[in-house]
Amino acid sequence: MTGMNHIAILPILIPMAAAIANLFMGDHRSNRRMIGLNLGFGFLLVIVSALLLVVLTQSGTSAAAVYPLGNWPVPFGIVLVADRLAAMMVLTTSILSLAALAYASARWHSRGPNFFPLFHALVMGLNGAFLTGDLFNLFVFFELLLAASYGLALHGGGRNRVRAAMHYIVINLVASFLFLIGVALIYGTTGTLNMADIARAVPLIRPEDRGLFEAGAGVLGVAFLIKAGAWPLHFWLPNTYSAAAPPVAALFAVMTKVGFYAILRLWTLVFANGSGAEVAFGQNVLFVIGIATVAYGSIGALSCKALDRLASYLILVSAGTLLLAVAYNSPGVTTGALYYLVVATFAAGALFLLKDVIDQVLPAEAQVLAVSLELYGDEEEAIDEDQEVSRTIPAAATILSWCFAVAALVMAGLPPLSGFIAKFAMISAALNAENGPTAATWWLTGAFIVSGLFVLISMVRNGINIFWTSLPEDNTMRLGILEIGPIVALLALCVLMAVAAGPAMAYFADTAAFIHAPLGYIETVLPAEAAS
Amino acid sequence: MELTLAIAIGVLSASGVYLILRPRTFQVIIGLSLVSYAVNLFILAMGRLRTDAAPILSGADANIADYTDPVPQALVLTAIVIGFAMTALFLVVLLASRGLSGSDHVDGRGD
Repeated sequence: MTGMNHIAILPILIPMAAAIANLFMGDHRSNRRMIGLNLGFGFLLVIVSALLLVVLTQSGTSAAAVYPLGNWPVPFGIVLVADRLAAMMVLTTSILSLAALAYASARWHSRGPNFFPLFHALVMGLNGAFLTGDLFNLFVFFELLLAASYGLALHGGGRNRVRAAMHYIVINLVASFLFLIGVALIYGTTGTLNMADIARAVPLIRPEDRGLFEAGAGVLGVAFLIKAGAWPLHFWLPNTYSAAAPPVAALFAVMTKVGFYAILRLWTLVFANGSGAEVAFGQNVLFVIGIATVAYGSIGALSCKALDRLASYLILVSAGTLLLAVAYNSPGVTTGALYYLVVATFAAGALFLLKDVIDQVLPAEAQVLAVSLELYGDEEEAIDEDQEVSRTIPAAATILSWCFAVAALVMAGLPPLSGFIAKFAMISAALNAENGPTAATWWLTGAFIVSGLFVLISMVRNGINIFWTSLPEDNTMRLGILEIGPIVALLALCVLMAVAAGPAMAYFADTAAFIHAPLGYIETVLPAEAAS
Repeated sequence: MELTLAIAIGVLSASGVYLILRPRTFQVIIGLSLVSYAVNLFILAMGRLRTDAAPILSGADANIADYTDPVPQALVLTAIVIGFAMTALFLVVLLASRGLSGSDHVDGRGD
């Protein structure tokens, strides 16, 4: 177990080393060696994260690597906890970041200063937030990833980006203050910041302090919901994500999942299954917020004409879906939700990148024309039949349209791809629960199916506009391998997740079982004498 | 002392929230600073208010009741540093927005 425990800190150290190495190398934007170095670091991170996951899988269903920083005894010092949930989040982030990094190396990294150091700093913050077992340390990693994301949101410059980033910064600064208030209230009532120790101390809170503790948890929850992009705290999200540079937006696809992760971790640990007086504090609120987020995201997706805005609304839909699944509070639904999280993150990331490739190969006027044709109708409907048939579709457009189709199937949750398996797993687990389906089950099922329909309609409409009505006549489209490669790789992983759904689901089922039995987490993190 | 601190936190956060909701970027940044002061005082208060008590235990027979809680003080220190850095960063974005849009409105509108 000792060797394994040291792997737990590597997903934080590798991006940090990468960021520092980049600063020493200087900001030479067209240096091939520099690109090679960055891709190497990204690749190393993927390997280490995969190793962490494999080691965890092989050492038992409830194994977790506990890494006390500075070797301070656990409730007093800061601790890193790499359990199955953290390991899968870290691996998802690493893969997505490698894809975004490769895509950015083609062009986007040279559009502004210091792209690579900021990018690695963001990955470090994300991995740290997933791995930490300390509430205040979570705040520090949140600030780290946010600081890097402010810089990345501004990458490329321009009036639109600066305006969106300014709103983004203000919202997140306010969320950070709420986070601090929540942490302070929880510390004031439980006297500890270690997550496992908080879970242990909750049943011991004096009744007169209970309200204060719940107020703290509620304030903290609002801070997490802002990050997760939950209705009605999401208004910053579509603007920021669609204004950001495409590789940055692709990495941002995993940022809303940090908010979801924090809610899942703390809520299941402290409230959902705890032995406290209040079982499942805030469950109904979370459920309603989830429904509202799914509804808003679906309607927003229908309203979109541009693919990047559509992808932002799809992120809202997936955020709402995940919140709904957490609020349902059952291991089976959580299993499907974790599967959904991985594939939805990859597909959304791929969509942001795809949008940028399409923008390059398609003239902007053609896209505008397609939209206005839809709005005002085509004056010359009668197109010559021969001309329509003889039109050839170039190879590049074929690849792009296939990528788009796969992303659409995954996002909408249609068979045979992984999006369908995820939704099916969640709905099936909810319907086959021991005490039978309840009203909440039907809300959940309805929300998933209707949102799938809305997403499908908006994706299909966008696909028709892009690939059928606005393809250029001449066969001059060129795709770079660094540009199309990451997109194909991300979508191939979505397909692979569907092919290897059995082992994947087994892993997620173990993860969900561990999450929903918080005693296991508490006993793993805390030494025996402190837990008693 | 509790009352003084509570009033201070209340006044700071109330004026901070009011300023954050104003349409000018300069008002927003001052509002964010005021709220951050309020939050820092609040964290300090969560360690319970004590005067003339040291935060570090000394001696084997020390009574823990004679000491103040050191953790919130450390947290406040971290929060001050982070808050300061973020305010400085926001200041840069504010100036960039002013330069690009020619207006200090948060939406970049001229009026």
